[in-house]
Amino acid sequence: MTYIGEIFVMAMSAIFIQNFLLSRFLGLCPFLGVSTRIDSAFGMGMAVIFVMTLTSSITYLINVYLLAAYPYLQTIAFILTIAALVQFVEMVIQKNAPALYKSLGVYLPLITTNCAVLGVALLNTTAVRSDGVTPYNFLDSTLNGFFSGVGFTTVLLAMAGIRQRLGLVKLPKYMRGMPIALILAGTMALAFYGFMGFKL
Amino acid sequence: MRFFSEITKGLIKENPMFVLVLGTCPTLAVSTSVINALGMGAAVTFVLICSNIIISLIKNIVPSSIRIPIYIVVIAAFVSVVDMTMAAFLPDLHKALGIFIPLIVVNCIILGRAEAFASKNNVLYSLADGIGMGLGATLALTIVATIREILGSGTWLGIRVMPNSYEPMLVAILAPGAFFTLGFLMALMNRLKEKRA
Repeated sequence: MTYIGEIFVMAMSAIFIQNFLLSRFLGLCPFLGVSTRIDSAFGMGMAVIFVMTLTSSITYLINVYLLAAYPYLQTIAFILTIAALVQFVEMVIQKNAPALYKSLGVYLPLITTNCAVLGVALLNTTAVRSDGVTPYNFLDSTLNGFFSGVGFTTVLLAMAGIRQRLGLVKLPKYMRGMPIALILAGTMALAFYGFMGFKL
Repeated sequence: MRFFSEITKGLIKENPMFVLVLGTCPTLAVSTSVINALGMGAAVTFVLICSNIIISLIKNIVPSSIRIPIYIVVIAAFVSVVDMTMAAFLPDLHKALGIFIPLIVVNCIILGRAEAFASKNNVLYSLADGIGMGLGATLALTIVATIREILGSGTWLGIRVMPNSYEPMLVAILAPGAFFTLGFLMALMNRLKEKRA
């Protein structure tokens, strides 16, 4: 397969077939927390794409060049890298986009504990290309991080769109908030299962 | 006496899963069978107890501006211990839980308890809180897993409980089933609370 084809397969599976939120269950806390308004969902999504792409490339290098002899330090090294990166992104946004910083509020530091970010770093270490044997190289890992972030943001935005309208619906009190959000996510996951059939 | 109330509050009144809605990812992902849920629950409880103890011991030495990274390192160390122990002694379970064992590091329950409880209370109460919250998380995981395993495979802990004529509802052990189960359970909890009030 040509490399372009490889990238296409990677993009499709990260965004639709193996979506981080709906089929891998990674990153659900921010998904349920920030998906009530489209603008904050968009900000969060962009921050996640950025952090996931950077994390994927940096953790790839750390894993290959530094951790080869100390594989048991993987979890600790990865989480520290992510924490440092998030701190950096937070400072950049605070300086350049104060309005966005205000609306994201407490959720930015929470990216550190977003399992999607650590998840993509860990998955990249064992991921293989579509031929089933070639392990991911530096570019593959970075792209996979980027596409996984795009998949996360796609679903986050769709969910925010639905939940914004949900505000106008009359619901029994006990269904409001979390329960209906989870049931909506389930329905979306069901829809995304339709992509499973694709053979790429 | 307070020791016991710190344990019991985690079970129902402040159940980390249903009431505080923390740590949804592993709950949804590993609750496909009761055995996975119990394994995950045990791992989370162990990490929670150990990190609570250590963090309440070091709470006075740690400068508050860098406390979060330090807590994360403490938690990550215990998670690595669990990860390697499980890989050595329970390889099947380790394989079934897969990436969700290292992901305990970012489970919000653990960091949440470190920040909200262990950094403010003494070792004994932190230990009690760790036990209670750990058991509460395990209980929630097991309830979700029970529903999903019975509906999705007709078994409980691997033992067949549904009649042979029962056609397993496959969707319950797939991803959508996890969302539906948790959603309806939370609605039920809200309804019960409403009635009592």
